[in-house]
Amino acid sequence: MCGIAGFFALTPRPLAPRGVLERMVEAVRHRGPDDAGVYLDRRAGLGHRRLSIIDLAGGKQPLATADEKLWVTFNGEIFNYVELTKELTARGRQFRTRSDTETILHAYAEYGPACVESFNGDFAYAIWDRERQRLVMARDRMGVRPLYYTVHDGVLVFASEVKSLFLYPGLRAELDPLGLDQCFTFWSPLAPRTAFKGVHELPPGHQLIAEHGTLKVQPYWKLRFPARGERSRADADAIGEQVEALLADATRIRMRADVPVGAYLSGGFDSSVTTALAKGYNEGLRTFSLEFESPELDESAYQRTLVEALGTDHSSLRCKGGDIAAAFEQVIRHTERPVLRAAPAALYLLARQVRDHGFKVVLTGEGADEVFGGYDIFKEALVRRFWARQPNSKWRPLLLRRLYPYLGGLQSQPARYLEAFFRTGLAAGDDPLFSHLPRFALTRRISQFYSGDLRRAINGYDPLEDLRSTLPPEFGSWHPLSRAQYLETGCLLPGYILSSQGDRVAMAHAVEGRFPFLDHRVVELGAALPPAMKVKGLREKYVLRRALGRHLPRAIVERPKQPYRAPDSESFLRGDAPAHSLDYVDALLAPEAIGRAGYFEPRAVRRLVDKCRNPLGPVSAGDNMAFIGILSTQLLHSCYVQALI
Amino acid sequence: MKHDISLAVRRFIGENFMFRDDGDAITHDASLLDAGIIDSTGVLELVCFLESSFGIEVHDEEMLPENLDSIRAISAYVSRKLESRKIELVA
Repeated sequence: MCGIAGFFALTPRPLAPRGVLERMVEAVRHRGPDDAGVYLDRRAGLGHRRLSIIDLAGGKQPLATADEKLWVTFNGEIFNYVELTKELTARGRQFRTRSDTETILHAYAEYGPACVESFNGDFAYAIWDRERQRLVMARDRMGVRPLYYTVHDGVLVFASEVKSLFLYPGLRAELDPLGLDQCFTFWSPLAPRTAFKGVHELPPGHQLIAEHGTLKVQPYWKLRFPARGERSRADADAIGEQVEALLADATRIRMRADVPVGAYLSGGFDSSVTTALAKGYNEGLRTFSLEFESPELDESAYQRTLVEALGTDHSSLRCKGGDIAAAFEQVIRHTERPVLRAAPAALYLLARQVRDHGFKVVLTGEGADEVFGGYDIFKEALVRRFWARQPNSKWRPLLLRRLYPYLGGLQSQPARYLEAFFRTGLAAGDDPLFSHLPRFALTRRISQFYSGDLRRAINGYDPLEDLRSTLPPEFGSWHPLSRAQYLETGCLLPGYILSSQGDRVAMAHAVEGRFPFLDHRVVELGAALPPAMKVKGLREKYVLRRALGRHLPRAIVERPKQPYRAPDSESFLRGDAPAHSLDYVDALLAPEAIGRAGYFEPRAVRRLVDKCRNPLGPVSAGDNMAFIGILSTQLLHSCYVQALI
Repeated sequence: MKHDISLAVRRFIGENFMFRDDGDAITHDASLLDAGIIDSTGVLELVCFLESSFGIEVHDEEMLPENLDSIRAISAYVSRKLESRKIELVA
């Protein structure tokens, strides 16, 4: 797990000097503090910062084949490298190291760019094929590891993080109005778009091939679901066995490392499953968790239950609002995009603690909700669809209240209002985005803070229409649950969960997250399951609970679902932060600073801040999202646009 | 009187939900829910405002879009409440 950077002249031309490459690599030092290396020839430069996890002595990068015709710089893990190495050795390839990095080189030499299809892992790499004068970049199927690029003066410039790109001569950071508008709709820009103008993200499951002066970006893997009504096996016991066997194997290969592997433990079902499975491969497993002061957010009682039942060696971090406020500036430097929740900051602090305990690798339960139908939004969409059949029904919309037991504001809402809120898009049953329309509408409320300049720059662009245009032709033939899963797996998962709340905040402290539920074999199995095996009635992750629940305490299996949240605007405005740590908040949200940056309306922001600051007044979910979204945009501007890094 | 209520409600909605001076941008009859001005918990804020500003009590069964979903509906509702209180006092 590491950080990479580099460049490639699309047609022969002078390249930037070695010092530039070294500085680009140094900018991602936090991702790989253990070692560094660069390779530069007349056409290409590859740079690498290393976090040593596998083959501590032999895995130095960039790595070449013996004849030096192929070079690679690689971030991530190929978890099935042991099996692939055997296979490639049997085909006559001679390995000089024990690293998964070398597996990539030999697989490429053997199979060409299609080698990516044989990799089971979380990866982003660039292979420089000197003989063919071709650069091949690829990114893992789910988007765990990041990879950005841009083209400047005929040179392809790439890196694990955007900040490296701006060190290439002539490249400057500018926020992209459409990227911001996507953020304030979907919670993140949708790859290939990013928050920065001219900077592209290689989408998950894609590879980029640069040769003969052109770039070709193409998918090598696609998430697909069976057509609705397609007959499929629905024996819950048999499916359960299959799910368990596959998850156990996905966990087993994710325990491969030459350093100790720990696990995150939220107290929820998913991380409990990964921890229980990991315990089977590591008796002395270390676990880590977050605690919050607010009982609405805190899950420590469940964490204790699980630690006791599984017998892990556990550490927890009590996270206060002030800690979040103090860390937030650094967090946004790492996320490189606006965020709408303060939750990434708490995970940033947890990763720091993991690192302080000497761990470089943690397993987490991310992905289970997307793959096995765990999110409330899936059930919400099914209830709304059920209600849409009888739109005048008085009791059908009341089912919605049962979905969100942890949202006090929503629970205390009069029934007629609950109904009116979720009626958003109810008549739009044919809309492919039906499941997500209420969420998108709520998030888009932030657009009321846009300045005139930002509105003009957006110029009528419709992010929903843009998303609709990217959906596969067969999307409409899928079951509504599959459609909702596809949207969630394509939007929120890579752009927010795995990035702002995943790779970026963990790698800020050189901690690698590993996700058994996101093994592509598990993802493919989950997609193929009949919808009733995922959401049964209003019970989420049905087959997963049925299959894996027996390894866990009943209290964990039967507990109501609670999404991971941290205190939002109150961390900054009503919390316990020492005053000096909040100076940046006051400075960035001052009307003059808002006006200078130019994205938002200063008076509107002032009103929002006053509202959030009022200790007696209620602050809604929309207000909180707007506050965090505006503050993080201002931070992004100040880190990257205003300040020259 | 009705005009004052409507002005106060418009100002509250403009400042508190739209975060702008131009609460005028919303018409008298526009649905606050349909226009996305009031979110899932916004109605609770609105009720707090009406109770504290006009000294009325909004009963659970009165928390209906018919009473609270447009500036005109809110003004009419508050007027009715104030009127009935006056009648109670006189009686």
